[in-house]
Amino acid sequence: MMKKKLEEIQMKPLGEAAITVQFGTEINSFINKKVKALATKLQHESFSGFIECTPAFASVTIFFDPFIVKQAYGKIGKSSFQIVQAILERMLETLVEEEESTPRIVDIPVCYGGDFGPDLDFVAGHNHLSTDEVIHLHASAEYPVYMIGFAPGFPYLGGLSEKINAPRRPSPRTSIPAGSVGIAGSQTGVYPISTPGGWQLIGRTPMALFRPDRDLPSLLSAGDIVKFVPITVEEFEQYQERVQ
Amino acid sequence: MSVQIIRPGLLATIQDLGRYGFQQYGVVVGGAMDSFSLRFANVLVGNEEGEAAIEVTMMGTSLQFEEDTLISITGGNLNPVIDGSPVPLWRPVFVKKDAVLSFAGCKVGCRAYIAVAGGFSIPNVMNSKSTYIRGEIGGFKGRALKEGDVIPLAEENSFSMKAKRALQKKLKHNSFAAADWYVPFERYVNGKVVRVLKGAEFEEFSELAQKQFFEQEFQITPHSDRMGYRLSGPSLQLKRPFELLSEAVANGTIQVPSDGNPIVLLADRQTTGGYPRIGQIATVDLPIMAQMKPGDHIRFKEITLHEAEQLYIEREKEMKQIQTALLLKEWSFE
Repeated sequence: MMKKKLEEIQMKPLGEAAITVQFGTEINSFINKKVKALATKLQHESFSGFIECTPAFASVTIFFDPFIVKQAYGKIGKSSFQIVQAILERMLETLVEEEESTPRIVDIPVCYGGDFGPDLDFVAGHNHLSTDEVIHLHASAEYPVYMIGFAPGFPYLGGLSEKINAPRRPSPRTSIPAGSVGIAGSQTGVYPISTPGGWQLIGRTPMALFRPDRDLPSLLSAGDIVKFVPITVEEFEQYQERVQ
Repeated sequence: MSVQIIRPGLLATIQDLGRYGFQQYGVVVGGAMDSFSLRFANVLVGNEEGEAAIEVTMMGTSLQFEEDTLISITGGNLNPVIDGSPVPLWRPVFVKKDAVLSFAGCKVGCRAYIAVAGGFSIPNVMNSKSTYIRGEIGGFKGRALKEGDVIPLAEENSFSMKAKRALQKKLKHNSFAAADWYVPFERYVNGKVVRVLKGAEFEEFSELAQKQFFEQEFQITPHSDRMGYRLSGPSLQLKRPFELLSEAVANGTIQVPSDGNPIVLLADRQTTGGYPRIGQIATVDLPIMAQMKPGDHIRFKEITLHEAEQLYIEREKEMKQIQTALLLKEWSFE
């Protein structure tokens, strides 16, 4: 139960049809666990007018239809925002954080360098390391998935080694191939679809992170642990052939 | 029954009200930029309001109807003509077999919606027929419409058939017959002022920027598309720089990167963002924003959460009333 923590939680409107519940202002697993708990609760017990929710690092945003909310729960003097706020407050009072379960570990094969990772040399040079050292550091860490956002299936990962941080490119590339693995500041991630982007690209995975034909369109979910496994160009091609 | 694309024009896509329930997986909502016009186009031909329609952007689109079809065109006035004769907007129109509908260019606004009775017979991807071009999903083969595409139509309902027969009787020499009544809703999608709620980080902007935002004019730049509009105007500065954790953004969120030029996030927006948000466009005024084109000027007018909600509810009530009135309408035109 987290009743005594309620006053630390902020609720703010995102327009008249959405409300953001903010649990904190930093990235940590304690806050992220509450985010997950509220998002899960909303999946199981939603309310009339609820559309969907978007969990992030430290917040959950709830989208709703003010017209339906007002019709379903409307009393004189109460706005749909106040109604949804009251519903969420009740949910937060009885919010039970999920039992500490063993996180799912997802291995993502990556072919580092070459055409697949045109910025590997830059990242190595920037950190005064060899390219092999960069690959080793990148592939030996465990990365918790904090949230999925920005693009379909795009994971926001924590846990990148400080030794291989690198600034974003001064001007973004107009198109980055799907599967590209990149570094931006202290973040690392994988581009699931081809999109413009400014991250330093160090490799590419043949694995599909966005799978629109599946029930769960994102390979990864918040709470998973990602491990990058180095593969050769041949293995990359073999993987692609197997999938096709 | 089907519709064939003769020329796609600048950009024509199939859209509905968007893909909901998947933002937690990073899947963008998408859907019609001007969802009000799309809903109304459907209502006019007897469809469910969220049925898929063709979103035509600015100019050049031209398509042919394989059979006699009941259609409606709403949204911006892009000078639609059928076999050379201008077609009126915001009403049901009977179109004869083999007739060609084309759009000559923008008169008012920049996006028109073509709804056909029955809707388009294309598969749902994640509960929606919206085309998300970057993700290559939904719509017609996950892409913008191309020359030669033949889009099959679904079966029309009895309301649509009744309306179609009634209008067909009016047909004279033209290859179409439009209803002689219409619903004056263009006022909801045309305008130069957009009402905005203060954004979550509004107070973090300098007092000057707060004043500039609501008092000065902004221009839509050419770097604008279905994902968002980049604006130029006064450079909006923060009191002091600060880091923000990425969190959800919405249709109509106005965010300001460090260069001070606001970006209005629209239909194909990313699900989350990390730039300070100075404002949030009221839902009822999103169609006005969506009908703006590069070069147009816009002003933001502050409204409260309470006002935005009242407007939302009133608009929905009006929509329901019109829907009921249309269903009760006697389709006799003799």
